[in-house]
Amino acid sequence: MDCDKAFHRMYYYLDGEITVWRRWKITRHLNRCPPCAQGFDFEVELRQVVATRCREEVPPDLRRKIAESIGIEWHEHPEP
Amino acid sequence: MADQATFADLAMPYMDALYSAAMRMTRNPADAEDLVQETYLRAYRGFGGFKAGTNLKAWLYRILTNTYINIYRAKKRRPQESELDDSEDFVLYRRIGGLEAAEAERTPESEVLDAMPEDVVKEALESLPEQFRMAVLLADVEGFSYKEIAEITDVPVGTVMSRLHRGRRQLQKRLFDFAKERGLVPEPAAPPAA
Repeated sequence: MDCDKAFHRMYYYLDGEITVWRRWKITRHLNRCPPCAQGFDFEVELRQVVATRCREEVPPDLRRKIAESIGIEWHEHPEP
Repeated sequence: MADQATFADLAMPYMDALYSAAMRMTRNPADAEDLVQETYLRAYRGFGGFKAGTNLKAWLYRILTNTYINIYRAKKRRPQESELDDSEDFVLYRRIGGLEAAEAERTPESEVLDAMPEDVVKEALESLPEQFRMAVLLADVEGFSYKEIAEITDVPVGTVMSRLHRGRRQLQKRLFDFAKERGLVPEPAAPPAA
C-alpha cells in the first residue's frame, strides 16, 4: 500500500464501505505514515465540523403544528 | 390504519434531524417548515405500509426527499442546476497545509476547522448543486450508508459514490473559498499594504 492508493480509498475507508482486507492494509499504512494519518484525521475532523455546524433546532411552533396535524396531544414541557 | 401513538413515539424524535436536512434542501426556514410538516403528514398516512423492524429513519428521509422533489422543487421551477466546477483534485487539507508552509507562523489545520463559523459551513453545503448536496448531507451529516442513500435518493450505489466523492471535494473547495474571503485562512505571503 502506498500513499496514493491509501488516499484514493480514503472515503471508502472512512465511510466503512471497504473490505476487511483493504481496511487492514490501509490501517497498517496509516500506522507507518504520519502524513497520511494526519490527512485522514483532518478529514474525520472536517466531517464532524460539517455535521455539528449543520444542526438545526425545530421551532417549537412547528413541533406543535405537526403534533396537531397527526392528531396527538403535544405538551411543550411535558410533566416529569 | 396507522397507530397514532406508535407513529408519534417512533417518528417524532427524528424531527430535529429532518428539519436540519429540510433547511439545507430548501435553504429557508419557511419552506423547511412546510416540507417537514408535509413529510410527517405523508409518513403518518403511509405508516401502514412501513414494515416494523426496518429502518424508520431512512424511510422518513425517503419521504422527505420525495416530498421535496415532487412538491417543493416542482413549485419553485428552479432553473437547471449548474454542474460542479472542476474540483476533482481539490483537497482542503493540502491547500491549508500548502499555505501554512509559506507562513512563518504555523496555523494547525484543525485550528482553521475550529474557527469555521456555522454560517460558513451551512453556506458552503447549501451552495452545492442539489444532487451533490443531498449525497453529502445524507452521508456526512446524517450518517447513512451508501446503500441507504441509494434507496433514499433512488439511484444506484455507484452513482451515490460518485456524487459523494465529487460533492465532498466541491464542499472543501467552497469552504476554503468562503474561509479565505473572511480571512480565516492565512493569505500566502501577501505584500504589505502601501
